Amino acid sequence: MPAPLDHKGTGLSRALVDAGFAGLVTFGLSFPILALRTEQDMQNHLVVEQRWSWSAGAVVAVFCARLLAGLLGDWRARALAIPGALIAVFGAHRALTQAPGNGGAIAAVGLALLIGAFALDARWRHAPVRVVAPRAEGPDRSRLISIAGIVALFLFPFVMLTWLGPQGSLKWINNYGVQILIYVMLGWGLNIVVGLAGLLDLGYVAFYAVGAYAYALLSTTFGLSFWICLPLAGVLAAFWGVILGFPVLRLRGDYLAIVTLAFGEIIRVVLINWTDFSNGYAGISSIPRITFFGVPFTAADNGFAAMFGLDFTPIHRTIFLYFLILCLALLTNAVTLRLRTLPIGRAWEALREDEIACRSLGINTVSTKLTAFALGAMFGGFAGAFFAVRQNFVSPESFTFIESATILAIVVLGGMGSQIGVALAAVAMIGGTEILRELDFLKQIFGDSFNPAQYRMLIFGLAMVVMMIWKPRGLISSRTPSIFLKKRNVVSGALVREGQG
Amino acid sequence: MENFLQQLINGLTLGSIYGLIAIGYTMVFGIIGMVNFAHGDVFMLSAFIALIIFLALTQLLGLASMPVAFLIVLVAAMAFTALWNWAIERVAYRPLRGSFRLAPLISAIGMSIFLSNFVQVVQGPRNKPVQPMFTDLIHLTDGPLSVTLSYKQILIMAVTAALLLGFWFVVQKTALGRAQRACEQDRKMAALLGIDVDRTISLTFVIGAALAAVAGTLYMLYYGVVNFADGFTPGCKAFTAAVLGGIGSLPGAVIGGLLIGLIETFWSAYFSSDYKDVAAFSVLAITLIFMPSGLLGRPEVEKV
Repeated sequence: MPAPLDHKGTGLSRALVDAGFAGLVTFGLSFPILALRTEQDMQNHLVVEQRWSWSAGAVVAVFCARLLAGLLGDWRARALAIPGALIAVFGAHRALTQAPGNGGAIAAVGLALLIGAFALDARWRHAPVRVVAPRAEGPDRSRLISIAGIVALFLFPFVMLTWLGPQGSLKWINNYGVQILIYVMLGWGLNIVVGLAGLLDLGYVAFYAVGAYAYALLSTTFGLSFWICLPLAGVLAAFWGVILGFPVLRLRGDYLAIVTLAFGEIIRVVLINWTDFSNGYAGISSIPRITFFGVPFTAADNGFAAMFGLDFTPIHRTIFLYFLILCLALLTNAVTLRLRTLPIGRAWEALREDEIACRSLGINTVSTKLTAFALGAMFGGFAGAFFAVRQNFVSPESFTFIESATILAIVVLGGMGSQIGVALAAVAMIGGTEILRELDFLKQIFGDSFNPAQYRMLIFGLAMVVMMIWKPRGLISSRTPSIFLKKRNVVSGALVREGQG
Repeated sequence: MENFLQQLINGLTLGSIYGLIAIGYTMVFGIIGMVNFAHGDVFMLSAFIALIIFLALTQLLGLASMPVAFLIVLVAAMAFTALWNWAIERVAYRPLRGSFRLAPLISAIGMSIFLSNFVQVVQGPRNKPVQPMFTDLIHLTDGPLSVTLSYKQILIMAVTAALLLGFWFVVQKTALGRAQRACEQDRKMAALLGIDVDRTISLTFVIGAALAAVAGTLYMLYYGVVNFADGFTPGCKAFTAAVLGGIGSLPGAVIGGLLIGLIETFWSAYFSSDYKDVAAFSVLAITLIFMPSGLLGRPEVEKV
């Protein structure tokens, strides 16, 4: 792994020394863990396999990347040249070893990128720095964009349906639409806690689990319908939020983070071990499916399709689920936006900026924090109930720490407190990892044993690091005050202190 | 009584491992105020490095003497893990210094996810069993429930004690230790007095990783199996230990580690091993609620 760039030297010797050092470090890093692989043999004993080519590949990659980063001054040129060099080396290697696939062509593409980057670098570097005047963003324009976005979201399943048919569109509506919207909703829910009130919660998944198990247990034990369980799940989750929040909200930021993480883990361990209650690892299956306000989505005569005179396809249920989660997410958003302009919301934001000042002004910090915690938990509970009705199955496996980390990453990447930023971050993170499942064409290059899905979480973790370094304040880092006297100003996030609570 | 003594020995062994990891958390928190979330996974990585070097020594180089192999494995694991943590700090945390408070934490969470999945991809997702070493037992009492102390446990406690002494010496008596304590108290002032703050922080990560590597080697030796997912839970418990002892306090981290080890072992022995994680985390919550600065930590005074 290359070290980040400290100096913008362009001297060849300096770049070479730098790249050589990075290569050496990479060799040291890769020596035990990459070059030697442990594998069980027939007797279940571990044996070591040597694969120095992996280590060599890593060293070459880091050396090239670091060398080019040292030689090129402009970041756009670097972004072009480094992949170019890697593709060129990769192609050349395949051509030399006569591996299947056209190595020469790959190398040529890489080389072209590389040469292009060097040519463009000279131009970009001497280009005058443009000063962008701050844009006065009228509220009307942003309002127009959000209305257009919502209309597009409502039309999305019908567009997909007419374009790809019931079979082809299922994947898009379910894997992309519903999946992303769940995370948008969770992100908006957590945004109340983290983004507005500045309370770092690493155990948000606990409330998601409470909601999911509330619906699963209430519907399978008492036969309650989804529409009764949904508010109950939210209330239960909020109740748990208050119970967990009450003792810990006196704590400072990082401690609060760890205690919430611990609570998230405790709830999961209890769900695993208290088998009488939650059926343990096996989870709860055959949870009743969603109905159209009482009308089931079946092929029967009293089903949804027969009632509306449509041909029966399972996509009706998926589309209904899509609208359900869309409405739930929009509800979360609407409530958050309204609350921000109410006294309680302003108290949250004030609390985030400076807790001591809040206390001196007579704001009750404990009840302010508790309402944020409970409201965030309630929306987590709604999302959990939706998750249970969508999957028809819940088990503790779905509520691991990774989920909490993902939701928190969405909130932080979105630029804490920005609603549209959170939605964009959810699309990027969840949609991005879903797309990795689709990269089957890479098998033609790397061979059939290559499985892109294997690298999903690896790339996800790396993306979190890269995004933080690239934009530590998130995608949308400007702040619009919720309340303003005459003119709405946009303040850069870099000027706003936050999360000191 | 026999059972109690036996559990005491087991608890202290486990606690030594937690204590070694906890030092890494507490040092990093003390110096840059960041919860180094990836530290548990650095510990897991070190256990893998130790395993691989051990196998390479015995299989590829044909080394037969166990004590020599153990010594080489320990030193090599410390060196390579330290290099890893140095690189991680350089790539993922240093660019975020001076950024807003949550940025390094998110970066560390990303690093943690990256590390565990990296090990899963390059080493495979299965459990890695190691042949048992140093299995001889010493019987301390006679009878049906005899209290035993294995060579393994003696080795773990002895290595931990020796390395903690060495570590204490470094922090208290050397120029590096002084620089580190100075940065902990006031980074800006330390920089004004000519201390290379970046280098000191790097070395803090290196030392933390070296101690985590000792813990990783001993963990592999004690349990005889490593897995890519083994970083999270011990990491959380070690952080609990650091908080229990008072975060920022080095003796506190060790005492906290021993306490968490004992609590976990006794809970498993007398109540239910299913809920041992719940016990450890409940201790964390209870400590923070009633004693927010931990056992040995200084109470924090917030000035305006």
